[in-house]
Formats: sequence, structure tokens, C-alpha cells
Amino acid sequence: MARGLADMTARERTLSAIRTGLGVSGSDKIRASSAAERLKHHPSGTVPARAKGEIENLATLFADMLEGQAASLDWIAREEDVPEAVARYLRDLNLAARVRIGEDEMLSELPWKMAGALEIASGPAEPSDTTGITRAQVGAAETGTLFLTSGPDNPTTLNFLPETHIAVIRKSDIVGGYEDAWNRLRKSYGEGTLPRNVNLISGPSRTADIEQTMVMGAHGPRRLHVIVVG
Amino acid sequence: MQPRSHNFKENAARALHDDVLQSALSNVRSGFVAKRARARSALPEFDQLCNEARDIKNHTLAHLDLYLEAYEAKVVEHGGHVHWAADAAEACGIIADICRQQNARTVTKGKSMIGEEIAINDHLEHAGFEVFETDLGEYLIQIRGEAPSHIIGPAIHLTRPQIEADFRRTHTDLPAERDLSNAENLVAEARAVLRERFVAADVGITGANLLIAETGTSVIVTNEGNGDLTQTLPRTHIVIASIEKMAPTLEDANTILRILARSATGQDMSTYTTYSTGPKRDGDLDGPDNYHVVLLDNGRSAMLGGQFHDMLCCIRCGACLNHCPVYNAVGGHAYGWVYPGPMGAVLTPSLVGVEEAGHLPNASSFCGRCEAVCPMSIPLPKMMRHWREREVDQGRMPLGQRTAFKAWAFLAKRPALYHAATSIGVGFLSLLGRRKGAIRSLPLLSGWTRNRDLPAPQGRTFQDQWRAGWRT
Repeated sequence: MARGLADMTARERTLSAIRTGLGVSGSDKIRASSAAERLKHHPSGTVPARAKGEIENLATLFADMLEGQAASLDWIAREEDVPEAVARYLRDLNLAARVRIGEDEMLSELPWKMAGALEIASGPAEPSDTTGITRAQVGAAETGTLFLTSGPDNPTTLNFLPETHIAVIRKSDIVGGYEDAWNRLRKSYGEGTLPRNVNLISGPSRTADIEQTMVMGAHGPRRLHVIVVG
Repeated sequence: MQPRSHNFKENAARALHDDVLQSALSNVRSGFVAKRARARSALPEFDQLCNEARDIKNHTLAHLDLYLEAYEAKVVEHGGHVHWAADAAEACGIIADICRQQNARTVTKGKSMIGEEIAINDHLEHAGFEVFETDLGEYLIQIRGEAPSHIIGPAIHLTRPQIEADFRRTHTDLPAERDLSNAENLVAEARAVLRERFVAADVGITGANLLIAETGTSVIVTNEGNGDLTQTLPRTHIVIASIEKMAPTLEDANTILRILARSATGQDMSTYTTYSTGPKRDGDLDGPDNYHVVLLDNGRSAMLGGQFHDMLCCIRCGACLNHCPVYNAVGGHAYGWVYPGPMGAVLTPSLVGVEEAGHLPNASSFCGRCEAVCPMSIPLPKMMRHWREREVDQGRMPLGQRTAFKAWAFLAKRPALYHAATSIGVGFLSLLGRRKGAIRSLPLLSGWTRNRDLPAPQGRTFQDQWRAGWRT
């Protein structure tokens, strides 16, 4: 860790000023255990009532919230139908039949070659890419929020650079509140550890910086299309 | 930026007569205020969540040293670097050093109020780096050479025709006959121009809405996605955050995020909430090679345990600005520094000194809406009163005001005299305003009547009415 002497000084100065202001010492055992306990057990606050319920209700809420935030949704029964659903979506909107996909265990096993003339690439996004496809590891119904994690299989740029973002999620990965989603990720990555990025995405990019007029596609994707499988 | 808060009175007077600004400010009321009310009523647990968020902040501040240490250890564990900066100069120095070490030429920036507070753009530009703001609102004010006028809508003071003129002035390589008559086309043009900057940048700087001790994570909340391109495409990601942004756990962050967007833009959740932990990992195909966090104190540790302690609970949602009659009348630039509105009136004197910013706590009618809408229940009017008391204690109140208050105190302590004086006063004012029910100008009170009418008294004094038995 690169930390010079000058930094040490600023660090000690800040911490000591905080302790002076609070009227405490750094070695107070009760304070230390209070903070350590919270970090260890991470107690949950109030979870909105609407985030609790059966999977069917949660899936409906998830879809309603996303559509309310200008995303579109498609429901398909079988994973092997994802490529065809992608091709159909692009065709219907008259978009280029060219996609760059993440290579996680689900997406890479799909029969992409079957979906007609779809041109497939993988790897991180390039500025010329028109459509990126990634898999959401989990989705929180309470606000229609996708949780996408970075990793060798899921380049983060696929979520942001192309004009169209298609996210695929298994219906069984839709949970109620953010707490449920984070607990899923804790199971995958371990306590106290996260990948470089967890991107919570609740719709396509937008801005209201000009006279509070909402315009889609500010810097990120103009369109977010979510394919729910199962 | 250099604070110009001492000019508040002149700034405010100018703002009141600026028709373009007044038309832009009308968007605040119709936009943010109505949207927040809708979002709040759509979540039955909203008030409960606000109370819990407040408890989280209180707990965090009471253990701030410990959570900062835990946070630092986690950042390091994930391969990142933490730098501590006592003030703006130290923070700017650290960031410029990192840029030099990376042989950087261009820097992209996500929106950051701490970036404004330490004036990082000026510093980096003087050091020879090119800096590009990427949030649309920040980009608009950067090309105008202005400061933000709102903490979440930095360009809220601008109208579409002004923005069109700025784009024609600065994007000179584009065809002159292009259509910029609507917001869509303006956004599309900014998107195309900034796309090149994102791809070319060597360093990306973002702020942080939250720092999470449990995982060593910085969190940004955006709608545009600019923050994500800023921090994912360059080799180096620098986060600048003040020390009170700490939240202990992911669960604590959930609670705060559930009230942040609803209070700010009236969204249930911002479009992008991005959790960043360290640099890219082995095997990752994109993301930065280096991840640095600059933790800024800049006067905050001195606020702990004092009269302005509660101000450290602020989550920068902007609700107090949107609901403030003073902010709505004069806009953000009148406040003369980075933080406007009620939260700025309390925070600015703490950060730049009461000599510079002593006027700001006076820019309030104490109507109390700021405290009522604050999701963290920060007692903003009470803290503005603390500053006013200090102003009086330090003898900084102007002679005219001091004399007027002394005269009022003299009368108030003598009921008979007070009654006589108010009866004469009310009679006189009723006479003046009898035709229109309002008074257009009044000697000694031109400061009031220049910008609005004074309502004329509609009868007798309160005491007279009370005595006459009108008590319903």
C-alpha cells in the first residue's frame, strides 16, 4: 500500500480530531465492540412491505417497476429461446442484428447460432457496439432493480457503452428487497467482499438537466430490455 | 472556487431582477417538489425509513474513527489505496500527484460536490491536465465557466435557449445549421461530444454518495451513466469523498438509498446505483487498474460534537433547497459558494468561516419547510439561529439593524407604549393601503417594497381584536 509520511500525518490528524470532537479515545472497548458487531451482523432496517411476497407477485412487481422506469420486458419459458427473443426484439425495433454478449455460464451456453443472422461477439464493449447483452445475477422487485456484477464473464462496459442494453435474468433470481439481493451476493462472494463493480440498474440512462425535461439516453443506453426466463 | 458569499445581498438583489433566471427557477417548484411528494406518498414506510436513516447516521458519527479505519482496511484488502486529506489543498495535491504518476493527460469527472468544494478542476488545469465534466449539468456549467447552482441539478438556473447558444459557441466543428431547438437534440449532441472524452481519458474522478465500511466500497448514484463510463474506461479511478459519507454496512446503505432518490428527484431509485470496490480483479476484461480514495476532512471533524454536529447527517438530497422560498426566489448562485439553500446557509460558514458567509444564515424566513422535508430531520432553522447568535455576539450585526432591534426591545418591554405604537402604525398602514389592500412603497422599507408589495393591515391590531372578543 502506497502511503507516504505526509499521508500518515493527515490520517492521524483526522482521526485524532474526530476523537477529540466526540470526546472519546480510540481504545474504548465498548465503542469498538459496538462497531465490530454491526459490521459482523449487518442488521437489516425496515424492508418495505411490498418487497415481501410470493415469487409470482414479486415477478409482477419487478416488471411493473421496470416498465414504470421506461424499460421493456419480455417473458420466455426456456433459456434456449433467449437468442430468438433477442433477434425478435432487435428486428421489431429495426436495430442492427449485431450483439456483444457476456460469457457467463448461462449466456455462453445458449444456441446463438440458431437465431438467424445474429452477429455475435464477446469481450468488453467497444464504442462502435450497438447492443450489449449481460446477465443479471439477481433482481430486486421493490424498485425493479437489476444487480449486475463485474467479472471475467460480465464486462461492466457492456452495461453502459452500447445504445441498447439487453439484460437476461432467471425468474428464480427475482427477490423482494435489496437485503435479499445482497444476501445472495454474500453467498457468491463471501462476507465483506464484493467484485470490482456491482451495478444496480433500474432503467435506461436519462437526464433532466435541461429545464427538467426528461430525455432518455444521456450517456448510457437509450434502451433497456429485460428478458425474464422461467 | 473562491467564496463570494459576503456579496449575498447584492447577488440576491441581482437575481430577483434576472428574468431568465426567474423563468428557470420556476422549474424547481413544478419539478422536484411535486415529484418528491408523489414518491413519498407511494411508500408507506417512508417516514419510518427516514427515522432509521437518521439513527444510522448518528451511530456512524459516534463511531466515525472506527468505521473509517475498518473501511480503509477493506479498501486495501481489495487492492485499493486510501489517502487522507486534512483540507482542500492537501486533497488537490494528492489527486494531482496520482495523475502525474499515471502520466495522465486528460481526466474525466463525474459529478462531485466535494470536487467543487476543493476546486479540483482549477487545480488540475493549472497543473497542466485537461479536465472534462461528464454529468450533463456539470458539463453545461463548465463550458460557461460557472459554479453549480443546485447540489443535484447544477444547471437548474439555465434555460434551453442559453444552452443552445453555449453549444453553438463551443462545438464549432459541428454544422451551423443543425437543429438544437429541443432538449433531445441538445442531449444527443452532448452525448456524442463527451463519448470521445470518455474513451480518451487517462484518469476518471468520481465522488461518492456513500462509503461502506463492511466491504470497503464507494457508491455513486446517477441517472445518466456518466459516472460509470468515467470510472470504468480509464486506467485509474479516483474517488473523492468527505469523511461523513460513511455507512457501516450494505444494509445501512439500503436504508439511506431508499430515501435519497425519493427526496432528491422523486424517483423510487436512481437509474444507476454503482458499488465500486477496489480496482479490476484478475481476469476482469475491463475496469481500472488502479483505485484510489481521497478521504477529505476539511473542517468536518471540527463540527463533531458541536452546535453543527447534526449537519454531518446531511445526505445531499437537495430537498431543503427545492422547498426553500429564499432559494426559489434567488437561486443558488446568490449564495456565493458551493452549497446553496438552507443546507448551504448552515454548512458554508462552518467550512469557509463566518466572516465570509455570515450573511447566509440570515437568508431565511424561518418558515421551517427545510426541516420538515429533510429526510434526516436536520434542525436547519435552529442551526441558522446559532449562526445569527454568533453574529450578534461577535458584534457583526450592522448598526442600523442593532438600533432597530434595540428600539423594538425597548417597546416590547413596555406593553402600554407597545400597544400605542402598534395602533398608530396599523392605522397609518391601513390608510396607506386602503385602496388596493397593499402598499407599493414605503420610506425606510424600500428593501421590501422594491420587489413586492407589503400587504396592508386588514383591520385593527391583534391585541385590539383579542380584547374585543374575536377569538374564533
